[in-house]
Amino acid sequence: MRRIRLFRILRTIRTALKALRRNPMRAALTALGIIIGVAAVIIMMEIGKGSSAAIQRTIANMGANNLLILPGTAASGGISFGAGSVMTLTPQDAEAILKECPAVRSAAPVVRARTQVIHENKNWVPVFIFGTTAEYLAVREWAAMAQGDMFTDSDIRNASKVCVLGQTLVRELFGGASPIGKEVRVKSISFKVVGVLSSKGANMMGMDQDDILIAPWTTIKYRVTGSSATTANQSSASPAASTQVNTLNKLYPSDQLNLYPVQSAAQQANTPLPVRFTNIDQILAAAQSGPEIPLAIRQITQLLRERHRLQPDEPDDFTIRDMTEMSKTLSSTSTLMTNLLLSVALISLVVGGVGIMNIMLVSVTERTREIGLRMAVGARARDIMRQFLVEAVVMCLAGGAVGILLGCGSSFLITFMLRWPTETSLAAIFSSVIVSASVGIIFGFYPAWKASRLDPIEALRYE
Amino acid sequence: MSVLALNFGHGALIQAMNVIELRDIYKTYHVGELDLPVLRGISLSVKHGELVALMGASGSGKSTLMNILGCLDHATSGDYLLEGQEVSGLSADGRALLRNKKIGFVFQSFNLLARTSALENVILPLTYTHEPLTDHEANRRAMELIKLVGLEDRAHHEPSQLSGGQQQRVAIARALVNRPSLLFADEPTGNLDSRTSQEVLAMFEQLNREEGITIILVTHDPTVARHARRTIHISDGMIVDGDFAPPAPGGAA
Ligand SMILES: Nc1ncnc2c1ncn2[C@@H]1O[C@H](COP(=O)(O)OP(=O)(O)OP(=O)(O)O)[C@@H](O)[C@H]1O
Ligand SMILES: [Mg+2]
Repeated sequence: MRRIRLFRILRTIRTALKALRRNPMRAALTALGIIIGVAAVIIMMEIGKGSSAAIQRTIANMGANNLLILPGTAASGGISFGAGSVMTLTPQDAEAILKECPAVRSAAPVVRARTQVIHENKNWVPVFIFGTTAEYLAVREWAAMAQGDMFTDSDIRNASKVCVLGQTLVRELFGGASPIGKEVRVKSISFKVVGVLSSKGANMMGMDQDDILIAPWTTIKYRVTGSSATTANQSSASPAASTQVNTLNKLYPSDQLNLYPVQSAAQQANTPLPVRFTNIDQILAAAQSGPEIPLAIRQITQLLRERHRLQPDEPDDFTIRDMTEMSKTLSSTSTLMTNLLLSVALISLVVGGVGIMNIMLVSVTERTREIGLRMAVGARARDIMRQFLVEAVVMCLAGGAVGILLGCGSSFLITFMLRWPTETSLAAIFSSVIVSASVGIIFGFYPAWKASRLDPIEALRYE
Repeated sequence: MSVLALNFGHGALIQAMNVIELRDIYKTYHVGELDLPVLRGISLSVKHGELVALMGASGSGKSTLMNILGCLDHATSGDYLLEGQEVSGLSADGRALLRNKKIGFVFQSFNLLARTSALENVILPLTYTHEPLTDHEANRRAMELIKLVGLEDRAHHEPSQLSGGQQQRVAIARALVNRPSLLFADEPTGNLDSRTSQEVLAMFEQLNREEGITIILVTHDPTVARHARRTIHISDGMIVDGDFAPPAPGGAA
């Protein structure tokens, strides 16, 4: 019995194919609506997928997987001084994070400064002057150096006066000439340029990430910002140690203004935590992957609380910031655009379906006598219904198949000619097949039902 | 002729009883508020193997009666026994099955599928059989009938490449492909010239004589009716004469 049913379905499909072959031009033109609709859906989905992948890459490039760990908030008498107002982070914290948090791929301590950089008669205030370790490049996923090399761990140990420049800084100070081996002065300290970073472009805030000078953190810490007890942060409680561009600074070349007697080593050793003398401005860490960011945050929090010996009831003395909100916003914008375009494409598919319905209705009217004859020789209402439904579905599926080829071909061409990123989407192909079959069934149903309801006598007499 | 090789399976048992038995058939159309009685109490019987002509003026109800006999339509009231089976109460699907198995139609306007070969046209009724045949078997059977109507060299021609007479012969082959016991032809020669008409009628006679198929022909033309052994005259929805078969020549009624 099942064999017979299968046989019948195969035969119905063949009958439908024969019927369509009797008017191939019309079948092709009718299917054109579906072809265009499916091709549009495929193109939209592939462009959408490609561009969202590209946006993901861009976001990662901008540091979306990065975590910024800032020293905690100092609060005194109800007045909060904001993040970074106390000094609780140490370079050892950065090392510990890298070693003990499995969700963290890399971590680097950062000491910041903001001041003028001078080369011969040119000067420039870069957005970023970072004292850090070579690990920084790994954290930022900064591709290979454009020229020269990154400084090394021994440079950090020795507080060597070497630095690496970003492209913007090179352009402004050297006008394009190679800076390798040349000297730049930061706060009257000469740094030898050992490398030039590759270009990275703007970050999510629109800041130029190439406007940067990177040096060993020890050098920036001890030679540039010049005080072990303060940070370079402008919100620092000690205005005397400010590193703001200040003409007065020139009067104090060392910039080391000690209001209090310098502590001896024994005094330092005796001073209890959280007073740390080698503190840093921030730690930049990178999670293993985007989804692991929350886990990394938990692990870092736990580790730092332990290291800082915080009691369970004490608040964190550090703040961790991540970019997930920002990257979510960016990728949701691209998803929104893709969905918008996709719904336009789907509308064209529906229009194609209406075209199918229209032609099927015409076809039913035109073939009224054929229907009557089929009924006279023994076709039941359901046979007629099935025949017309299968015709519509076959037409839609054939149109869908051509549409898939056309869509994939076009998105290939788009990538090839316009250099737009696209990505082949199996989901798009599968759903197109399902959608075109459904369009066939939905829009073929009414005409097929109409055909099956014909009265054989009237159908045979129809002129 | 290979005709005798065809087995239409109408055994002697069925021969004894009436293929068609109509009792008091009424058919009334309702047009708006109006009742339009078209058939008014028709009773008739047709024996197996008869060739009957149905004659009457235009509008007398011949086609209406044919449609009821052919199970395309059902009567408003009355009983219809087809080979002893009650038909009046059947559903549309039941009637479709019956048409497929037991009845063949030949129409005035041929009704062949355009852009479809003669062979494919003849295969058409086999598409709807209860137990589908294999392609090979269907082809073989259709080819046999195309040979029977003498069109073996035109089997792959489309209707537009065939003359009217040839088209009607394809239609006859199609009507016979399911080995029906009854063949209805509503003015089968209406669209043909007199010479081709004679050919087609000769074919009916031959099928009736050699294959034992019961044939009922509707016609206006007395010369056509002369080919039949019995003529039923209908007027205004009532049978004037010829409603029952005359005693067979052998005397066994
Ligand atoms: N569907 C219908 N609705 C209303 N009246 C109908 C319908 N079909 C047929 N009639 C009427 O029934 C009557 C008989 O029609 P029928 O077609 O049986 O005539 P006929 O004898 O075959 O005529 P002809 O020789 O011209 O073919 C006609 O008066 C016709 O108007
Ligand atoms: Mg008529």
